[in-house]
Amino acid sequence: MKHRTFFWFFLPTGLAMLLFIAAPIVSVVIQSVTAQHEPVLITVETCTPFSCTEETTIDQEATRELREARPLGRFVGLDIYLDRGHLAVAEVAEAWRTSDSIGAFFSELGDLPFYRAIGFTLTYTFTVTPLLIILGMAIALAVNTLTQKLKGVVIFFSLLPMIVTPLVGSLIMFWMIDNRGVLGNFLSWLVNDPDLSVKASTPLMWIALIVYGVWHSAPFAFVVFYAGLQTLPEDQIEASQIDGATRWQQVRYIVVPHLMPLVTFVALIQLMDNFRVFEPIVGFNASAHATSLSWIIFNDMGGETRQLSAAAATSVLTILGVAILLSPVLVRTWRDFKGKM
Amino acid sequence: MYLKTLTTAGALAVLSATTALSCEISARVSIVGNEFPAIQTVGAGAQECTGAEVSTNLTADHQQINVAGMSGNPAEYTSAIIANSSIVALMNADVIRPLDDLVEAHGEGLNRNQLITINGQVMAVAFMANAQHLVYRSDVLDQLGLDVPTTYEEMLAAAEAIREAGLMENPVGGAYAAGWNLAQEFNNMFIGYGGQFFEPGTAEPTVNSEAGVQALEMMRALSEYMNPDFLTHDSNATNAEFRAGNVALMNMWGSRAATLVTADGVPQEVVDGFAIAGPMTVGGGDIPATTLWWDGWTVASNISDEEAEATFIAMMNGIRPEMMQDEDIRTQAVWLIPGYEPTPAAVGVFAAAEMGSVPYPMLPYMGLMHTALGAELTDFMQGNESAEQALADVEAAYRAAAREQGYLQ
Repeated sequence: MKHRTFFWFFLPTGLAMLLFIAAPIVSVVIQSVTAQHEPVLITVETCTPFSCTEETTIDQEATRELREARPLGRFVGLDIYLDRGHLAVAEVAEAWRTSDSIGAFFSELGDLPFYRAIGFTLTYTFTVTPLLIILGMAIALAVNTLTQKLKGVVIFFSLLPMIVTPLVGSLIMFWMIDNRGVLGNFLSWLVNDPDLSVKASTPLMWIALIVYGVWHSAPFAFVVFYAGLQTLPEDQIEASQIDGATRWQQVRYIVVPHLMPLVTFVALIQLMDNFRVFEPIVGFNASAHATSLSWIIFNDMGGETRQLSAAAATSVLTILGVAILLSPVLVRTWRDFKGKM
Repeated sequence: MYLKTLTTAGALAVLSATTALSCEISARVSIVGNEFPAIQTVGAGAQECTGAEVSTNLTADHQQINVAGMSGNPAEYTSAIIANSSIVALMNADVIRPLDDLVEAHGEGLNRNQLITINGQVMAVAFMANAQHLVYRSDVLDQLGLDVPTTYEEMLAAAEAIREAGLMENPVGGAYAAGWNLAQEFNNMFIGYGGQFFEPGTAEPTVNSEAGVQALEMMRALSEYMNPDFLTHDSNATNAEFRAGNVALMNMWGSRAATLVTADGVPQEVVDGFAIAGPMTVGGGDIPATTLWWDGWTVASNISDEEAEATFIAMMNGIRPEMMQDEDIRTQAVWLIPGYEPTPAAVGVFAAAEMGSVPYPMLPYMGLMHTALGAELTDFMQGNESAEQALADVEAAYRAAAREQGYLQ
């Protein structure tokens, strides 16, 4: 393609990317290195239906002057990135100095919101992603062997978990694992402990979230792999059958290598998705046991606090996290590309 | 007593001012607010006005949208219905206007107590009061010959007796869901033990104190008698436990007490045994372990004066005294509106006011403290760390947030 043609061909996409991807990232980065002005506080008489008292409030006029003089807020550099709510550099150093074992150090880390969230997010990402790929592959292989008549119905039902809104799906699971719910009751019967509560136990809550994650995302892997299975090289399969390959050997040496690019694709998408795990934590009301970076952003922005700069810093850290997570795959793709040139 | 004089004064006022005028407005009105029966009533009252459109967006997520929806110019919402905690966010963001001139022109019949006055300016008009207090099952207490608890220590003893007798496995209910609810229960208990959240006049936190540790120890002692899932139970889930007959004693919002057992399918013994009492004290203190709340409405600053006037008139129509003649509306809340006569459902909130409960603090940085408490106390409640450590974590989390927002250096 000529450079000129390429330019005009790429221009609309490029503009859209600039507007919808680059600009928001720039704005988030700016937000994360600035904080709102220090409010001017005054003590005034405040009267409510109950009483009149002296209360501290913000002197709006004085604060407005500050704000108008510098609308972006005050520049704080990397302060917010390094504070306790994020990378907590001082606290981590302190924990390293004072803890006498690696275990104690990690338990101190688990007390800091960012590392607690990262701990769960990484565990979730690296268990859910492989499990859903394996499960998706198994469903695809099974469905592919069905007769034409059954396929349509089975595919429809296999896709249902993906169609259910994540928040609704996780709420349904939440009530099922209640200790008076179907699953919770069954579990406590199984281990013969009437007081067993999934919602009160951190490990069981993590397992419930992971099971939910796999249940919700497996259909995506299934659909992609099922589409890939329709392009299987018939001649290779036939040849292997003539050579006496078992069904397992066919899968192992022909089907899986054939689907490998799709596995990479699913892994890439799901790594990104699972790293941003959010809805199940809200739906399961699980923030006492598990948090994620997205949940921290939500918590910072909502309610009465509106910590926009803190939320922006966590967002930038999320972007960096996704980039680090994807870097091995991206490096490989780049090498393949270079190899082809 | 403040509330009582207020209502008798109101009863007199209503006799003199009950000429039902039709409500006519000339500019758009758009209301955002929380969702519970009393607020829906106010919203519906405002919507009776004619001449221009009155729209409402009443949702439990109102705090996520009200500041953003009032920051633009012109603002999307011309009025936000708020409580004493949530007005702070609106004032911090400077999106609500002083109402003195509008009160002067259209505020006829308002009680002085309804005017939320900050630094001499009316910033909101309150229409109801609220507080958390004890609700209990009188049949269960009678069966065991127990008195109605007036302190949390008595509540623990009663809970032990009920469990001992095999009547209920987890007789105590509590909205201890991680986040806002858990923090609010801590606030109650902390105030009950005489705790101070901040060094007076500064944003320096002082929750890591003896009162803080005692409050947490009491919360943990109570949680031993709660459903093991208590960290996921908000007010709704706690009420469901009560309705199902699993709970005999709980600290609950007055605004929810009236309708607690009116839901479908509540067993008859729960309906019959349901009773309301005042808030409890703790640790031998005089001040009840609860906070007083008011709900009221505000008017946006980034709107034209016509819209502000229309909004004020419509909102006044939503809280007009004639509404207090409707029995259903009267039971919905402890109204501050002239002409309100308390219903039996209101005794808990009145008791809270009479016992000298303190209002929830309206400090600009209290929201940050509340959020830090909600996130950092869960480790303690699960038994993973000491009370001192949990409170140290709260202060550290609060400090990081307060530094970002410029309240601490």
